[in-house]
Amino acid sequence: MKRFLFIVFLLPIMLLTACSPRSPVTLTVMTHDSFTASESLITAFEQANNVKVVFLKSGDAGAALNKAILTRDAPLADVFYGVDNTFLSRALDNGIYETYASPLLAKIPAGFQLDPHNRALPVDFGDICINYDKAYFAAHNLTVPASLEDLVKPEYEGLLVVENPATSSPGLSFLLATVAHFAETSYLDYWRTLRLNGVVVVDGWETAYYTNFSASSGHGSQPMVVSYNTSPAAEVIYASSPLTDAPTASVLGPDTCFRQIEFVGILKGTSHLDLAQKFVDFMLSQKFQEDIPLQMFMYPVNTDSSLPQEFTRYAQMAPQPASLDPTVIAANRDKWIADWTAAVLH
Amino acid sequence: MSIYYEGTQTNRITKFRVFVSTWLRPVLPWLGVSIFMGLFFFYPLARILWLGLNPAALITLHLASLHLAFNSLLFTFYQAVLSTLLTFVLGLPAAFLFARYSFRGKSLLRALTAIPFMLPTVVVAAGFNALLGPRGWVNLGLMDLFHLQAAPISIVGTLGVILLAHVFYNTTIVIRLVGNALSHLDPRLEQAARSLGADPLRVFSRVTLPLLRPSILAASVLVFIFDFTSFGVILLLGGPGFSTLEVEIYKQAMQFFNLPLAGLLSLIQLLCTLVFSILYSRILKRTAVTSAPRAAATNQRKARTFPQKLFLTGMVSLLMALFLLPLISLPLRSLTRLEADRGQRDQVRYGLTGDYYTELFINRRDSIFYVPPFEAIGNSLGYAAMTVVLSLALGFPVASALASPRRLERLLDPFLMLPLGASAVTLGLGFIVTFNRPPLALITSPLLVPLAHTLIALPFVIRSLQPALASIPDQLRQAAASLGASPHRVWLAVDWPIVARATLSAAVFAFTVSLGEFGATSLVTRPEYPTLPIAIARFLSQPGGMNYGQAMSMATVLMLVCGTGILLIERLRIPGTGEF
Repeated sequence: MKRFLFIVFLLPIMLLTACSPRSPVTLTVMTHDSFTASESLITAFEQANNVKVVFLKSGDAGAALNKAILTRDAPLADVFYGVDNTFLSRALDNGIYETYASPLLAKIPAGFQLDPHNRALPVDFGDICINYDKAYFAAHNLTVPASLEDLVKPEYEGLLVVENPATSSPGLSFLLATVAHFAETSYLDYWRTLRLNGVVVVDGWETAYYTNFSASSGHGSQPMVVSYNTSPAAEVIYASSPLTDAPTASVLGPDTCFRQIEFVGILKGTSHLDLAQKFVDFMLSQKFQEDIPLQMFMYPVNTDSSLPQEFTRYAQMAPQPASLDPTVIAANRDKWIADWTAAVLH
Repeated sequence: MSIYYEGTQTNRITKFRVFVSTWLRPVLPWLGVSIFMGLFFFYPLARILWLGLNPAALITLHLASLHLAFNSLLFTFYQAVLSTLLTFVLGLPAAFLFARYSFRGKSLLRALTAIPFMLPTVVVAAGFNALLGPRGWVNLGLMDLFHLQAAPISIVGTLGVILLAHVFYNTTIVIRLVGNALSHLDPRLEQAARSLGADPLRVFSRVTLPLLRPSILAASVLVFIFDFTSFGVILLLGGPGFSTLEVEIYKQAMQFFNLPLAGLLSLIQLLCTLVFSILYSRILKRTAVTSAPRAAATNQRKARTFPQKLFLTGMVSLLMALFLLPLISLPLRSLTRLEADRGQRDQVRYGLTGDYYTELFINRRDSIFYVPPFEAIGNSLGYAAMTVVLSLALGFPVASALASPRRLERLLDPFLMLPLGASAVTLGLGFIVTFNRPPLALITSPLLVPLAHTLIALPFVIRSLQPALASIPDQLRQAAASLGASPHRVWLAVDWPIVARATLSAAVFAFTVSLGEFGATSLVTRPEYPTLPIAIARFLSQPGGMNYGQAMSMATVLMLVCGTGILLIERLRIPGTGEF
């Protein structure tokens, strides 16, 4: 019995370690949980390069990055996709990436290329915006708020749900938008007023959107939620019965949205540098870029790529999104979150 | 010369025998568990804790960190005590109901109470919201009845909903552990007390309760540790106003990347768990009683008198209300579609649809991570089966050894509970820094999932088996042996009939722990082998009515799979047990 057990334990372990050098070559790509792509595209890449691509989903953007940092001496993957501009400095400071100046960077506007040394290459972007329930605003004869300042008006009391920046990346982005707009000196005053006006705080996007937001299937009590500017398009595409118009839209005032840019990089210590570079090129290529909107509900950075109809029709891009320098974010994020927690939650 | 030689030979053999019986035999049952826990628990945990708590890193901690640690410890403790008490208030009468009464639909109701245990918190939150949320049935009904403008009940984001969810999740532990012991009590003990003139209350407090103490203790320590390490319930239902140690560890490790503080909090949580387990073993040692257990069937009867009928009806209704109502809202929601008429959302109209289920089978967006539902069921069941086999194989020898504890057992016993008290986030990071390189480059292997599940299932398996094994009086075995039964036959005729039920309980726990994906949340996942909870989470990560509907239908599938699994395991006919 004991020996049997022992064998039961050791056998799979030995098999696994013995199988490590696999054929054909395996390229491992570490991603955050929201990553997805079309199967046909990945298969085409695999066939063209005689490689097997394995994806490792590693939690949300922050968790995935921390895992990449903790394993940098023996990396779990060859390529890591999913760091955004709010985490970029942490990734770069910890030196997890190889430099790679992909020729496709020429197709990407300079504004997205936040790392001058090309360790982290931009792949996609999107705006974290306040979504509102069109039907609610119409039924109650309410005008849609036009700015962050509007949200503290009495007519919007108790109508907005936001995510906790300590546990949610859209929540953090919205906090950063207010920091960018009101500056460090007065963003906390703004939040204190917002709190007096009954802003609801929940821990994650799922709860905010599906439990609290009135236009989602959860039918909550708040008609405004911090979500993505592409969420209205997703509502149409994933409607349970065909819709001719989006039930929601984004509030597009100055700095009401925060622009998020997501990056890919080759992990230091990869033994398939050549293939990893090819995969990065593949992610920046027009084909993959045009696949991004309907898979991940983000915008492509490659200027050659065109947008699907659903995006041009139902999603609006923020004309004046808020943004902050990644190094400023990295230096202050913990303090901002702590101060916000003290001002809004306690 | 030759005589001398033979002498040493015999001497050596006796020495070896003495060595075997005094040293090797007591250690043998612990071999599997020690290797397993050493490799997959203590080693990765030590590595990650050292990363955070080495002297160089520790100096980054300051007074504010200690303040935070103290505050979250206080709240964690407070809500865990309240939750555990409430769980017992419901769980003890429920255990009594299942152990003492036979009624129609009993096994179904029993399985129902176990389903919450494996449901992902996202799904439970959706269920509670459909029932008690601002637009839930209760509120809509009350608003309609009393012509109110706003929802009268607002439970989300309160301590109340945290406690309610903990009771919802953990009552099954009390029902299974205490109910199992109760159904095996010798009814003649209580009858004797009654015939000697004791009133029912006195019989309960002086006879039944002392006999049940070991199983009550085992259940309370499990429930308490589960509430103590609560994570999803706090995040999804309690909201940002509440923070337990585990939630704080998650924030510190994953968001702030403050490994020293996360390590410190993990260590506090771990030490607390150890203290609870040590207390448990101490108290257990003082109160262990053995009696001649009976086959469960002899203990059960139909409700005859009026108070009995009242108790039966009342308890069944209460359990149905608590367990069926939040659960039934998921399948209902998975079959209803809201009318597309979005202009008047105040008058929500519902229509029946099977679309969410048929849509599960279509990969509409050609996504590389699309999961056909049967594949997800297969993966979940495969992992669950591996977890059941592995945790029973590892747990049985240890539980047997613990049943007649020596110094070694008393020393090691508390450590068995530690996987439940260890922070899942911390352990997940520990796995990542330990198994990311040969010889144990396991991190990308799908095998790590059942291994992680087994870690959590083991304490349940051991705590289910141990009270049953300990309740067998040695005289029974000796009697059987003196009547000429071989050790094997003694085990088959005496031990097994008593242990069989507890083994099934243990298997159900391992099965549900695995289906519910406990603690695996912070591992790296291989999208090729997605399980049902992962499929549900994937649907809920994007907006849209179709996504929500499909999440609800996947959750319904998960409930059905788990319910059927539990019913099947409990119905297994085991020869010689005279039950089921």
